[in-house]
Amino acid sequence: MNIKIKKGLDIKLLGEAKSEMVDFKSDTYAVKPSDFHSVTPKMEVKAGEEVKAGSPLFHDKYDANLKFCSPVSGEVAEVRRGEKRKILEVIILADKETSYLDFGKADPKTLDANAIKEKLMGSGAWASIKKRPYDVIAKPSENPRSILITGFDSAPLAPDYAFALKGQLNHMQAAVDALAKLTEGKVHLSLHSKKDAGELDQLKGIEKHTVNGPHPSGNAGVILQHINPVNKGEVVWVVSALDLPMLGKVFTEGKYDQERLVASTGPEAKAPKYLKLIAGVQLKGLEQETNDSETRYVSGNSLTGEQVSTDSYLGYYHHQISLLKEGKEKEFFGWIDPGLSKFSASKSFLSTWLSPNKARNIDTHQHGEERAFVVTGQYDKVFPMDIFPVQLLKAILVEDIELMENLGIYEVAPEDFALCEVVCTSKINSQEIVRNGLDLMIQEMS
Amino acid sequence: MKFLKDIVEKLEPQFEKGGKFEKLWPLFDGFATFLFVPGHATNKGSHIRDSIDLKRTMVLVILALVPCLLFGIWNTGHQYYAALGQYTALGDGFLEKIMFGSWKVLPLVVVSYAVGLGVEFLFCIIKRHSIQEGFLVSGMLIPLCMPVDVPLWMVAIATIFAVVIGKEVFGGTGMNILNPALTARAFLFFAYPTKMSGNSVWIANSGEISQQVDGFTGATALGDLASTVGVDKGSDAVAGVMTQFGSEGTYSMMNSFLGFIPGSIGETSALACLLGAALLIFTGIGSWKIMLSMLIGGLSMGWIFNLAGSNAFMDVNPVHQLLIGGFMFGMVFMATDPVSAAQTETGKWIYGFFAGFLGIMIRVFNPAYPEGIMMAILFMNVMAPLIDHYVIQSNISRRQKRLIAQTA
Repeated sequence: MNIKIKKGLDIKLLGEAKSEMVDFKSDTYAVKPSDFHSVTPKMEVKAGEEVKAGSPLFHDKYDANLKFCSPVSGEVAEVRRGEKRKILEVIILADKETSYLDFGKADPKTLDANAIKEKLMGSGAWASIKKRPYDVIAKPSENPRSILITGFDSAPLAPDYAFALKGQLNHMQAAVDALAKLTEGKVHLSLHSKKDAGELDQLKGIEKHTVNGPHPSGNAGVILQHINPVNKGEVVWVVSALDLPMLGKVFTEGKYDQERLVASTGPEAKAPKYLKLIAGVQLKGLEQETNDSETRYVSGNSLTGEQVSTDSYLGYYHHQISLLKEGKEKEFFGWIDPGLSKFSASKSFLSTWLSPNKARNIDTHQHGEERAFVVTGQYDKVFPMDIFPVQLLKAILVEDIELMENLGIYEVAPEDFALCEVVCTSKINSQEIVRNGLDLMIQEMS
Repeated sequence: MKFLKDIVEKLEPQFEKGGKFEKLWPLFDGFATFLFVPGHATNKGSHIRDSIDLKRTMVLVILALVPCLLFGIWNTGHQYYAALGQYTALGDGFLEKIMFGSWKVLPLVVVSYAVGLGVEFLFCIIKRHSIQEGFLVSGMLIPLCMPVDVPLWMVAIATIFAVVIGKEVFGGTGMNILNPALTARAFLFFAYPTKMSGNSVWIANSGEISQQVDGFTGATALGDLASTVGVDKGSDAVAGVMTQFGSEGTYSMMNSFLGFIPGSIGETSALACLLGAALLIFTGIGSWKIMLSMLIGGLSMGWIFNLAGSNAFMDVNPVHQLLIGGFMFGMVFMATDPVSAAQTETGKWIYGFFAGFLGIMIRVFNPAYPEGIMMAILFMNVMAPLIDHYVIQSNISRRQKRLIAQTA
């Protein structure tokens, strides 16, 4: 199917990663329970225990089979806790050479759905399968209408999938074969008409969709609107193509291997490039990668990523690091500044007229304070779904469950509102509102 | 700039929590953020944000109003001197006209802003939140939609009414149902009709002029047209009025377009309004959909009246209809207020069309309310949530049909 997305916005940010890669390592690695929204961790290991890559560190309190495993081998150095003893990070002091727990090779074509689920859940790979509605980890007991693999990312400076997935075809095919067993419906793959699909194009047993248009055209929610809108009571599973090699290796090599290429991007990156690393790596080494001490380190992309310190660790779902300049300057009479070099989607700055396609060093300045909703029609221009975004946000704010349902809460994830947040004159944090709305729905529906 | 920044940063602690003037924080914040866009970095959600904020949006609307304000000032002087028979040619006495106009108009602007912002600050201090920028635009719109001879105290009362009853009781900027500036005008229109309608308020010092100049009426185009309703179309009186609308008359198409006619301060020049419209559409701040649909709505009603043609008012060329009175000003600056207008894109078409359609209808059918546009926009403000409701309902029913189709 050809999908044409007209609404949206490609933010031109400086610092696109070049197609080169270097190894990036650290002494300690960590798994952060906060990466897995709505999972309550129950520890399986104590500090001092030896683990291998694939050894479970903790599981979900409500589903003991859903394991979260160590990406490296070594010794559990610390279970770092925060307020009310909430587990923040499980830190592993890594061995020089990673040794893997053996889950046994298997051809997913010969396994049944239960065996596949068991393998993926036990090895820590399952968490990469998310679901709509609610944008949380897929529930193994549910029967998804279909599964969507997102084969490109349209966010600013997103990694090039063709480059990041080079040489992984057989692992990816195994993952696709495994996923196909988990649904009675189809397995869909989205590709962008202007981005190189690389080896993704050679995958078999999959329904391919070519998408054309600006961000958020890569978001699962946007693509699902066209191929399989999520109705009340339905479930669709979503996997990023970047996680396919990891999922596939559980079958082809029998191990949980979180090695990946991560794009280190952003205007503050000295030499934007790809880092070959293992998820959960400590970001200490990034300090050498930036030009400035006033840098914001973001695990993920600049729209949906998480702000981290260099003492912290790369998130489970992140295949990109964004290094942005902190914007703290007070701007004198900023409201009348002609804005020759300012980033704006509105047409009220000269830059939008004179140099709309120029890549800019966009900093983290909020440019104004939070206000009530005033300007209308602004979100609609960057929100390519058949949903009224402002009305849905207001329904969430007043916690009107029925109205939220009617306005399409099941079809959206916080990431779909990231651009609304960017262009908002009133600086309303819509991603947070949507996340709260989804959490409320989970509560109400369970 | 550096020294201003230093002053702001030095004063800041005194107004912060625990400081000496903690209670006046909104006041300080209002001034400080007026000087400097605050140096807040994003702390949740998207890390990068658009450079636009509400202050810039509002300031651009004020810029769009500047042509209307400047022309209004000149025209106030021009109408005054022309009525006295001095400087009747357009080019004569430019400085005198500007001086006189400024002397008349600027106090209205000052009163409107001073009173309005005062009330806003008071509410912000009571409610402990920072100043929202909504009144920046209302404060300019209120004087521009008033007749020039309105007493200052009335403007003050109307502004208080508009801010308190029109906006703050609903929760402040972004929450109001009616356009605050039109609320102010409507309040005066019903509370003090003699100062807001009739023939003696549209030209400065009308009372004096009528004693000095024989045959001076001080009427507006709409007032004269209203006088033809109920009178035989063929009568001399009607013919006398209608010659004014001919190509040589006072209210000729060209004069109405350029604005050399009496009326509310900012409304007379369609050209100035269109300049403002161009800026609003160019920057994407005003909705072109509302402006265009309102234009179509007004022309449609004018054209339907042409077909009926039962009195001279109905016979007026639809384009000419739109150029007199407050139609253009209302269309560009009042109907497009995003808070009180329809908020869905489809809704904007419907909302704008009916604002224009009803505006011309009220004007012609009820000559007691010559300013039908004000009524029509306020009415459509009230109807806008209903229009949006049905637009949104169609989205909801589409979703429900899909659910039924897929589960069946």
